[in-house]
Amino acid sequence: MASSVELKAVEKRFGTFEAVKAVSLAIEPGEFAVFVGPSGCGKSTLLRLIAGLEAPSKGSIHIGERDVTHVHPSQRGIAMVFQSYALYPHMSVAQNMAFGLEIRGMKREEIRAKVARAADILQLTELLDRKPRALSGGQRQRAAIGRAIVREPEVFLLDEPLSNLDAALRGQVRVELARLHARLGATMIYVTHDQVEAMTLAGKIVVMNGGRVEQVGAPLELYHRPANVFVAGFLGSPRMNFLEGSVKSVHARQVVVALASGPVLLSRDGAGLVVGERVTLGVRPEDFRVLSDGSLQRSVSGGAIGGAIEGRLVLAERLGAETLVHVGLDTTVLDTRSEAPVIVKIAGDLPAGAPGARLRLAIDPEKCHLFDSRGAAHRETAATEATAKLPVSA
Amino acid sequence: MYTNRAAGLAYVSPFLIGLALFLLFPFLASLGLSFTDYRLQDRWSDAHFVGASNYVEMLADVTFRKSLWTTLVYVLLTVPLKLAFALFIAFVLNFKLRGINFFRTAYYLPSILGGSVAIAVVWRYVYAGDGLINQALTLAGFATVNWLGDPSTALLTIILLRLWQFGSAMVVFLAGLQGIPQDLYEAAKLDGAGPWRTFSRVTLPLLTPVVFFNFIMQSVQAFQEFNGPYVVTGGGPIKSTYLLPLMIYEEAFKYFEVGYASAISWFLFVLIGVITAIAFRSQRYWVFYAQDRERAP
Repeated sequence: MASSVELKAVEKRFGTFEAVKAVSLAIEPGEFAVFVGPSGCGKSTLLRLIAGLEAPSKGSIHIGERDVTHVHPSQRGIAMVFQSYALYPHMSVAQNMAFGLEIRGMKREEIRAKVARAADILQLTELLDRKPRALSGGQRQRAAIGRAIVREPEVFLLDEPLSNLDAALRGQVRVELARLHARLGATMIYVTHDQVEAMTLAGKIVVMNGGRVEQVGAPLELYHRPANVFVAGFLGSPRMNFLEGSVKSVHARQVVVALASGPVLLSRDGAGLVVGERVTLGVRPEDFRVLSDGSLQRSVSGGAIGGAIEGRLVLAERLGAETLVHVGLDTTVLDTRSEAPVIVKIAGDLPAGAPGARLRLAIDPEKCHLFDSRGAAHRETAATEATAKLPVSA
Repeated sequence: MYTNRAAGLAYVSPFLIGLALFLLFPFLASLGLSFTDYRLQDRWSDAHFVGASNYVEMLADVTFRKSLWTTLVYVLLTVPLKLAFALFIAFVLNFKLRGINFFRTAYYLPSILGGSVAIAVVWRYVYAGDGLINQALTLAGFATVNWLGDPSTALLTIILLRLWQFGSAMVVFLAGLQGIPQDLYEAAKLDGAGPWRTFSRVTLPLLTPVVFFNFIMQSVQAFQEFNGPYVVTGGGPIKSTYLLPLMIYEEAFKYFEVGYASAISWFLFVLIGVITAIAFRSQRYWVFYAQDRERAP
């Protein structure tokens, strides 16, 4: 059985520190929700509030139809997988899974059946008699999930469950988790700081920062329509490039932004923009194109050019199928957020790119993000949004 | 390789000399003496080898048997009570409370003071006929108890003196408790375990290595208790607090029977050794080590 989870204006203070600030959130039954954000953003605290391991300073928490704000953790119909797994080290895998059921007073045969079924789902049957110390990291992780499954909770809470696994295993377990969610159909709330896990697993991503929810939405929605600079920078790897500039002119379907390197034309509705306003232009690494310049021949395949910036090649990270090109801009004022170079992701290799070589980067007028001086995304009106912001294949 | 051998030896010599003079020599000498009829006032050369006769005599000695029995009762009561008490206080002091460090220090203080002769003297006054406890009993309207004069209560006062020194065991328990990850308590909470079940099924099993360590330490110390009976009761009344270490002392330095005292010492040494060995053997049935001792299957 899957239940909805709803938070109403939940706050959590530790002394004077506000870990969670007035968070309201609804998670649908059976949904896979991921809380993502940098360390200290309050995502784990929020999960612990739902689990009942912390009590909210204000607000209420609802699971299904019930207000569980003051309900004991064991009575909330939840199960939690801890980052450390928190398996009882002196108990075998089977005993770990059975412990909670024993306390509920469940009959021995029933416990055995449930443990066997969960073990079967997770391929733990061979390991049931082992102590946690005799398990590998991945096996411990499965045992911890098994302990959650036998409780048949309405909601699964997972606190960075993959962070103790090595990279290869993490990818594998990620897939297993997605399958498990599909199989159990339970509501899952998953906390991670890893945006790749968030993007791949989530039905709904909750991006948090500084105790606040920055944006809630489906992964691609957040990717294509970030609400602000934080979300834009957090989701996507490498992160979005930010270029400082100001609005030069506003037309019905066109906006011109003046960057230090020159004007950039954007195909968007400029409603709400004021000429002279400070803005930040956001361009994802894959949305730049390297233009032909001297020895660097890149075919310009389709797509209009809204403008271009120039710089020198600092570094090319060749990943095989793609290359991450770091470009140091001529005008450092362009990127006042940091002196970091602009990062461009191109398919294949960068031909003959020696450090110091000059590069021109074309900006696609369709694929720019625009943020006001407070970091909030400039939203187009509904009519133009539909056509302008759908993911466009180059 | 060791070019400064002489200098190195010079540096460690104070320790080596001390070890040889005050530990190794008495240790071996007492073993040798236990097979002789050596008396304290005798010259070494006057001692005669008497074989195992000291040991034979000891086993037939009514005083020794009573003393051994008293010692066993003392240890059997002291060690579990002290461990339980130390664990209880450690458990309480493990709560996150304001000013908890003050209480931790306060509860540890008796251990620093407790073993000393001065405290034993204080103890004698506290339990004396007109001592603090009897005065309190009188005030509360109860009849006074002849704590130190009654064979049935004298041992109790000696036991309490040792229980009062629970601090060192407590500190070790406290360290053990703090080594148990908070996550496990949270997992137990989510599993619905109440305080008692959490303690008995999670805390205690994970604490068994520390329980074991404290059990060994406390047993060894309890078998060697001397200050309490010597200062507070003098072994009486009617030898009801006459523990083996006190008997060893009196045989050697009151009756000058060093050979005989040495034999009792060695009996006590072997007894402690056997009990410790049994405890170590028993570990696999009740002590849980989180770190791997056996190979993973």
